[in-house]
Amino acid sequence: MEYAERLENVTVLGAAGKMGSGILLLTAVEMADLSLKPENKDRKFVLNAVDVSDEALSGLMKFLRDQVRKIAEKKTVILRKVYEDRGDLIENFDIIDQYIFDVMRVVRPTTRLEAAYESNLVFEAIIENPELKVKLLSRIDKNNSKKPWVFTNTSSIPIHQLDEQAGLGGRILGVHFYNPPAVQKLVELIEAKNTLKEIVEFAHTFAKNLKKKIVPSNDFAGFIGNGHFMRDALHGIAEAERLSKDMPLYEAVYMMNKVSQDFLIRPMGIFQLIDYVGIDVCRFIMSVMNPHVKDEDLHSNLLDRMISLGVKGGQYTDASQKDGFLKYEKGRPTGVYDPDKKEYVVISEFQKKCDEKLGPLPQPVLPWRTVIGNPEKNEILGKSFKEINTMETEGAKLARRYGQRSREIGKKLLADNVARCEEDVNTVLLTGFFHAYGPINDYFN
Amino acid sequence: MKKLRRKVYIAAGYNTISLGTGRKEFHPKKPRPGIEHYIKEAGQATLKLIGGSQNVDEGVVGNFMAPRFNKQANLPAFIPMIDPGLLWKPCISTEGACASGGLALIAGMKSVLAETADVALTVGFEVQNTVKAIYGADILAGAGWFQERKTGHAFFFPGKFSDRAGAYYQKIGREKARRGMARWYGNAIKNARLCPTAQEYHNTTEDPEALAFNTEPNPKAFVDNLTVFDCSKVSDAASALAILSEDGLQRCGIPKNEAVEIVGWGQVEADISIAPEDLTVLETTKRAAAEALESAGITPNDLGTIETHDCFTIAGLLATEAIGLAKPGEGADFVAQGHTDRGGKIPFNTTGGLIGWGHPTGGTGVHQAVTVWEQLTGKAGDAQVEIPADRPYALAINMGGDDKTVVAIVYKRGE
Repeated sequence: MEYAERLENVTVLGAAGKMGSGILLLTAVEMADLSLKPENKDRKFVLNAVDVSDEALSGLMKFLRDQVRKIAEKKTVILRKVYEDRGDLIENFDIIDQYIFDVMRVVRPTTRLEAAYESNLVFEAIIENPELKVKLLSRIDKNNSKKPWVFTNTSSIPIHQLDEQAGLGGRILGVHFYNPPAVQKLVELIEAKNTLKEIVEFAHTFAKNLKKKIVPSNDFAGFIGNGHFMRDALHGIAEAERLSKDMPLYEAVYMMNKVSQDFLIRPMGIFQLIDYVGIDVCRFIMSVMNPHVKDEDLHSNLLDRMISLGVKGGQYTDASQKDGFLKYEKGRPTGVYDPDKKEYVVISEFQKKCDEKLGPLPQPVLPWRTVIGNPEKNEILGKSFKEINTMETEGAKLARRYGQRSREIGKKLLADNVARCEEDVNTVLLTGFFHAYGPINDYFN
Repeated sequence: MKKLRRKVYIAAGYNTISLGTGRKEFHPKKPRPGIEHYIKEAGQATLKLIGGSQNVDEGVVGNFMAPRFNKQANLPAFIPMIDPGLLWKPCISTEGACASGGLALIAGMKSVLAETADVALTVGFEVQNTVKAIYGADILAGAGWFQERKTGHAFFFPGKFSDRAGAYYQKIGREKARRGMARWYGNAIKNARLCPTAQEYHNTTEDPEALAFNTEPNPKAFVDNLTVFDCSKVSDAASALAILSEDGLQRCGIPKNEAVEIVGWGQVEADISIAPEDLTVLETTKRAAAEALESAGITPNDLGTIETHDCFTIAGLLATEAIGLAKPGEGADFVAQGHTDRGGKIPFNTTGGLIGWGHPTGGTGVHQAVTVWEQLTGKAGDAQVEIPADRPYALAINMGGDDKTVVAIVYKRGE
């Protein structure tokens, strides 16, 4: 079955979710682009958007329309050529509207799983629950005579486990997008030991057409992305807990968030990132990964405690940030949660004291956004971190420990054979997490 | 040679800021003033300078595409909104694409010449940030022939002038042409930084000329031969002035030396359905400029400053040739050698022109006239250039579409 034929009938499971909606969008655009090629004029392309709630699917359709418009506006120059023979489409207005329609008409929103029984390819992007994934995938596979291929967006469950338990016979591949899929360039491809080679080849073409950067990861729970992030988060949490022996926990959380963002020149602090992903999601990923790791315990009592207090972070459907470890106003942290008092403490009340404890940032202060696009960033970062290495302030010490631990985690991913090379680890953090530098570096040696 | 039956002056000029990307006040997602605001701000400022609405005989408004950008037609009825004293007075609107403002000047001038008015309040405006650039390109494409829209570029007018640039590259060599274009951009930014109402007033690029020269066109996302630095931006702005007879000046209490006199003009129309014979020649501009200079009885060498219609850098270069300052194919060098700099042989576009000050399409012709009035009467502030005593004339060229509707006017300070 050739590429276009494989994509004639596709299902995205969990299509209205945070990841599913992005994957659906990109897949719908790819399918529509195929449908507009003259050689495919006799093919019918169907993309089933399966999710559990009609309401969410209705929201999904609005999201799709808005996003496809943005995509169309960016590629109008090309689209005018695509619709060259359509005499009725003259202005950009006409062309963009037609393209939106051509993408939307590929998509069939439905709450019925049966839609997947006709598909050649099933993209699984439901919640990170192994039992549920296995149940749905095996049911589809039993009822689908086409022996469908499965792409799973799991960020933590070993692919071979899903393969074996759902009885897919190697017709599965981990295709792990980063959030939000439409924006993030990175896709981790994870082959299980039995994954069919033609699926991998197809995935490479697919990801390339979606203009994604592919990084292969070996089939170990968490892969590269979460393999680093979860351990990195646990380090931040452990450091905050250690500091909290001498200060309230919320102050320690503030300090570690600042160290991981401002001292390490990252796009967000570690607690903000945990909130962004969701405290509950982080805990869940750790719980999925933990049985598969031998020499460490990927678990945090603090995360358990936060969730038991109903503080979960994550995002609202409009992509704005819910409160978690931090409280947000217009996307900016303004408070830190105090689990003892069960309330947020306003940052400005203790900020000065904590900043003094940490000591000054290296000069000149380099916000991440000024570094990330700078062609001379390696030199700039080198200077800044060199200064951190000479400073004896609390902030510099914490930053060094953090940078060293991050490196250690990166090295461990290699030692554990999760990543195939150092470059792959660094690429995942650079492109999937928008870090300005990879964790495996010599800055803090 | 045309002889004007009586003297015609312009005075009391005013420009709003040119709002759009580049201005610190501009935020694409925040609400912005509508056309009413711009027309009123500019119109009221001019009324103040001419002693109030009772001195006005007639209103003229120049605009290109309010029916699409703002879903608004019947623009003459916006003149009385400026001031209740204008109610029931005759008003008219003009449209000739980006030369709509120039046509407004011509309309006001003709009323004064016809002796049906001694004072014509003239406003030109466009408010274009109502749609994204990709849709704005459709709207502005109305300045071209709609029969060509289907085969045209997504960015229709940049596409047209990209073709002109491509032909010019072929004729004189790409690097030479791009050097001239980069210098043109550099001058536009440097001049705009001296004018507080300019869209590029806040531009802080250290070396804009080098930036433009080192940026390569990206045909996948834009056009083949131009970059964003070769193009005027999307602008919201209005300009206003008064067109007056000698009686009108007296009525408004404006001394002649506070006004500039229209001493020559050329208004030339080409056939919109006929493609230019030579893409490297602005034939209509050439004819309009020649007519204007001839009717003023002067040559290009008598000009102290020029405002030309640089919707694209290439249009600026080609204008130096069309006016006759540079020989065919030598406009790029003429610019690159600094002759059009503010300290050069003949300063062009002294407040930034369309690329630096902004291009509120239907308002641009009036804006150019305001700039000329400021320069010739010493009111240009930091942007003031010296007008040599032996070259007291200024030329303004306002072009509609791809060199189709062109208005050229020669001015001199009133005596």
